[in-house]
Amino acid sequence: MNTSRKVLLRITGVCLELLGKPILDGLNLELAPGEIHGLLGANGSGKSSLAYAIMGCEGYRPSAGEIIFDGQRIDELPIYERARIGITLAWQEPARFEGLKVRDYLRIGGQGVVVEDCLHRVGLDPVEYAGRIVDKTLSGGERKRVELAAVLAMRPRLAILDEPTAGIDLLSLDALISVIEALRAAESSVLLITHQAEVAAHADQASQLCGGRIVCQGDTARVLEHYRKRACNRCDGITCHV
Amino acid sequence: MSELKPILDLFETAGQQLPPIPDAAHLVACGHQLVSRKSLPGVKVEAVALKGGIDARIVIASGTRVDQPIHLCFALLPHFNVQNVNIALTMEPGAAATIWSHCLFSTPLAARHTMQGEIRLMEEAVLHYQEAHYHGASGDIVVAPHARVTLEQGAHYKAEFSLIQGRVGRLDIDYAVDVGEAAVAELVSRIYGFSSDSIRIREQLALNGPNAKGLLKSRVAVRDEARAEVVNIMEGNAAGARGHVDCMEIIRDHAVVSAVPEVRVRHPQAKVTHEAAIGSVDSRQLETLMARGLGPEEAVDLIVRGMLA
Repeated sequence: MNTSRKVLLRITGVCLELLGKPILDGLNLELAPGEIHGLLGANGSGKSSLAYAIMGCEGYRPSAGEIIFDGQRIDELPIYERARIGITLAWQEPARFEGLKVRDYLRIGGQGVVVEDCLHRVGLDPVEYAGRIVDKTLSGGERKRVELAAVLAMRPRLAILDEPTAGIDLLSLDALISVIEALRAAESSVLLITHQAEVAAHADQASQLCGGRIVCQGDTARVLEHYRKRACNRCDGITCHV
Repeated sequence: MSELKPILDLFETAGQQLPPIPDAAHLVACGHQLVSRKSLPGVKVEAVALKGGIDARIVIASGTRVDQPIHLCFALLPHFNVQNVNIALTMEPGAAATIWSHCLFSTPLAARHTMQGEIRLMEEAVLHYQEAHYHGASGDIVVAPHARVTLEQGAHYKAEFSLIQGRVGRLDIDYAVDVGEAAVAELVSRIYGFSSDSIRIREQLALNGPNAKGLLKSRVAVRDEARAEVVNIMEGNAAGARGHVDCMEIIRDHAVVSAVPEVRVRHPQAKVTHEAAIGSVDSRQLETLMARGLGPEEAVDLIVRGMLA
């Protein structure tokens, strides 16, 4: 771990158990301000659990270790306080809300948000979508785009994007790249969680998670090469030798 | 106009936009006193004030398309705190109208309002009936709207009931709809109860005609010590009948809710589906809003208001 560079998010020795089963096992990870960091790993490797632990979701409090954001330990903070210091999460399967219009949803997290810009950025026509309801009348792909727009609207310091391309089409992949570039331009950090190498390729740095531990970390191309070669069928952190 | 002023003032008290009652076909009553009524060509509004209540009859003539909503306005004031209304509404073949029923019960400390409705939509008639209640802070109020509705061939009836402002008190809704051939019925209710409010909803759609369609949609939120019971009955009794029951209830604190779906299918080519979600606020919804910076109370409030919107 490089201790000389500026660090926005520092995760040290984090352990997490769910229903008595170890999910994260002494995990270490750092993100610099403005860094796009790809987090790769097979299904069940602990990627989403790490996202929930950083965000502070119910039931995902680490049993050991520290999560430090901008020099402040945040392990004890509730979700909304983490959000208020600049952390947000786009869930893999975003929630749907009856009666809540897209424009109002986007305005929740940001003062003076230009809804139209955010929707344009994710490839949605504001005229058509700003007045739509964030409920089941949106398709899965549309809902994910709205979620990305909501993340943009919040202008976060750290955006955690959990499998943002899962279940969406190639056009949406372009939208995702556009969002990442917008976040980069705004000097936001991004933890880009994915199991798709072509998505992770847009990251500055990357890590591979396996069996609850980081097994490879650093330059994105090197981590991707490792990930492609070592696509573990059973992620126990042991069979995947670094 | 002057006799309407105290009633129109109640809209302002309730924070509502003033509807254009004087120009539209309307019936306005305060307690058992008739305040105003107006018929228009094709829309006959008749009413008499009797000792025990108000008897009203509305007929919309065949083929009449009423552009401006018809207003029914029922109010209770501190000195008029009991109201019984019997109303018969007939829509002749091909008639189409929207009725806005405003129930303004915001000022009395104790009150009782009952409604017995007989509604008949003849062939191809279309009615959109919106009933909005504005109650005050007193929970000592009993509201019992009951209706029997008959839909003839190809008729379309959509009724929306909302009580999301003020204390519910004790609410007892009882609607039964006989849905004829190729007719469509939609009943939607949105209610927010708190403190010691008591809510009972019984809605029944009998899809009796071939290709009849029906939707029962209930959205109820309760908190504190409030109670809610929702009984949705959907019957598929003819070939091609399609019905769906969609019930969502959110509870908080010590409130108690129950949903009792009764799905009866008596014809092999009929189909009725049911979905219900009852419980506290969905944790994923809550966490999503909190991840945007809303505190728990703000997030719950937004979810509940959205559900009742």
